[in-house]
Amino acid sequence: MTRHTLSVLVEDKPGVLARVAGLFSRRGFNIESLAVGRTEYPDISRMTIVVSVDELPLEQVTKQLNKLINVIKIVELEPTASVQRQLLLVKVRADATVRSQVLETVQLFRAKVVDVSPEAVTVEATGTSDKLDALLRMLEPYGLREIVQSGMVAIGRGARSITATAVR
Amino acid sequence: MTSATSRQAPGESPRPGPRPKPAPPSGAPIRVTGAQSLVRSLEAVGCEIVFGIPGGTILPAYDPLLDSTKVRHVLVRHEQGAGHAATGYAQATGKVGVCMATSGPGATNLVTPLADANMDSVPVVAITGQQSRPLIGTDAFQEADICGITMPITKHNVLVTDPAEIPRAIAEAFHLASTGRPGPVLVDIPKDVLQEMTTFSWPPELRLPGYRPTTRPHGKQVREAAKLIAAAKKPVLYVGGGVIKANANAELLALAESTGIPVVTTLMAKGAFPDSHPQHMGMPGMHGSVGAVAAMQQADLLVALGARFDDRVTGQLSSFAPNAQVVHADIDPAEISKNRRADVPIVGDCKEIITELVDAIKVEVEHSGKTVDLAPWWGYLNGLKETYPLGYDEPVDGTLSPQYVIERIGQLVGPDALYTAGVGQHQMWAAQFIKYENPRTWINSGGLGTMGYAVPAAMGAKAGAPDKQVWAIDGDGCFQMTNQELATCAIEGLPIKVAVINNGNLGMVRQWQNLFYEGRYSQTDLGTHKHRIPDFKLLGEAMGCAGLRAESREEVDAVIRQAMEINDRPVVIDFVVGKDAQVWPMVAAGTGNSEIMAARGIRPLFDEDL
Repeated sequence: MTRHTLSVLVEDKPGVLARVAGLFSRRGFNIESLAVGRTEYPDISRMTIVVSVDELPLEQVTKQLNKLINVIKIVELEPTASVQRQLLLVKVRADATVRSQVLETVQLFRAKVVDVSPEAVTVEATGTSDKLDALLRMLEPYGLREIVQSGMVAIGRGARSITATAVR
Repeated sequence: MTSATSRQAPGESPRPGPRPKPAPPSGAPIRVTGAQSLVRSLEAVGCEIVFGIPGGTILPAYDPLLDSTKVRHVLVRHEQGAGHAATGYAQATGKVGVCMATSGPGATNLVTPLADANMDSVPVVAITGQQSRPLIGTDAFQEADICGITMPITKHNVLVTDPAEIPRAIAEAFHLASTGRPGPVLVDIPKDVLQEMTTFSWPPELRLPGYRPTTRPHGKQVREAAKLIAAAKKPVLYVGGGVIKANANAELLALAESTGIPVVTTLMAKGAFPDSHPQHMGMPGMHGSVGAVAAMQQADLLVALGARFDDRVTGQLSSFAPNAQVVHADIDPAEISKNRRADVPIVGDCKEIITELVDAIKVEVEHSGKTVDLAPWWGYLNGLKETYPLGYDEPVDGTLSPQYVIERIGQLVGPDALYTAGVGQHQMWAAQFIKYENPRTWINSGGLGTMGYAVPAAMGAKAGAPDKQVWAIDGDGCFQMTNQELATCAIEGLPIKVAVINNGNLGMVRQWQNLFYEGRYSQTDLGTHKHRIPDFKLLGEAMGCAGLRAESREEVDAVIRQAMEINDRPVVIDFVVGKDAQVWPMVAAGTGNSEIMAARGIRPLFDEDL
């Protein structure tokens, strides 16, 4: 199975998220990550869905998604032709004895500290899921007290806009 | 599959099925309640009949309905009956069927018919009352999240939260239900939205940016298909219900006759191609004819038209039609290559596709100057037809044969009548032994397999086709699920005929217990024979119908003729038949189609070297 990133433009209507999520679950697909947000058009939202499936089932789920009346457009974003980012907030156990080592790791990953207390620091990092996984592996020895991650968001490289062609 | 009523040309603004007539001639906005807006919208969209039951939250809508001269309301006895009646009406007429129910249990009783309509792609609009807006989400009395509940079993649904949105919601619902691949749409309206004052104007602007069904097929794909068809030595036209929904039976006949290719029609497509036509090989699938099943297994090309390679047709998918290339034409792109990979996919309306195919094949044949001789293929198929005709054995215990009863109904009543069926043995026999010549004369629950479908569907069909005889072929199990609608039929002047094929058992389940559970009959004897409970003749009479009964072969013709004479009320005929009759041929679930049994213990060996 390979990982695919789908950008789904939907009408901003009640229940759209449930429709999309429900379709994935009832057709037996597992969503790895899902993020929803507004776009440059007030009545269109954009979902970024990461799903691990083979090529044929992916075609089927995309066709089924397209049948949802509130779904306007679906584009698969190739990792090489798009920028993909996830946000991670992690609370790392870091008292005075190890804080400088933690900060060094944070800098290596171009992450930043957004909160600090005598026993812990909270680190904010963005990147691909691979990068965030690597950061977490490096921080793990100090003790990870709490982790929260956003869904992946992705946008195609270059000047073309998928929303502009969708509303034409 | 495609629109029954309207198709949208590119560039044309989308409109619901029948072109809406402005209710106030000027189209100028007028002040009304939400409920009045709803009834005016239904009138404007061309709805003639609504099947439903009032209740708390839908009550406001029933007040203006009382004054409507354009919309007839049929008061059913159970919401499931309303839903299936809407489906039967839609199947018989090609128009959108409408049902109405109150919130909570009223709405949840529509779940089965909506799921049924969704599986069989039937254009239905359901209108449900909902608790008032401030109460939604508080577990209020008769509150159910019907939009959430029906999300996976409708083409679309919507909760209307602003009375000004009612005309658009109704227009969009009818448009969605009837165009593209048809299906059910539910419109949920809170009580206070129905009560509030608003403005009504027609036609509303439709806002469906994500809905653009493809109806015009791609020319290149049609030419590719024509090439394969012109070159095939063993082609089969695999016809599904989409051909009926696209009103493409005339085009199909032209395609079949101009090419000489054999035709199989699925359970949903009975009537799309005349059963009497010499090129008709019958129904494929689990209980299809040996000829139809073998034709597909041996084919080098399947031309699927508005069909979806359902598991009941393909049997074990990996061994289905192993040597066939596939041309798959359907209005729903998601059906193409879902179960079986298509070599040539064609997305579009079957009527347009078939029309273009006929021309493209002509061009292809002229170009290549070659025609393939299908005589060897027909020689093989006609041999199968002769060796394995559809048939049945008379019961050895002297009981009445259910197949004989159904066959005689078909022969005496004829192909101009409409036939509905429940689900089970009687349904398969009705598909096998009644001969269908015209589309929209066979109405059954194919995809969902809903027991109890026959009576309410017949009621709806009769409402849509009052001048036709409508026969419900039902089983005694099915009949006991929905016969309450006989009262509706009697009171509302819908004189249907119900033939209860009463074998006293859940016959199809019993057949499987006989074949796969060593004859251990667990919970399939309904006692209808042993105790005559209920007495279907008396039950029919109690419901305001004529009650008849036949228990021997000699009585069969007489009661059928008697039933045909009665037109002032519905008729229920209790055909007391033997319990051991079985549906053959059969492809056992999970096995390949080449394992088809023509009858118990008789397995045709297909000549693989044909």
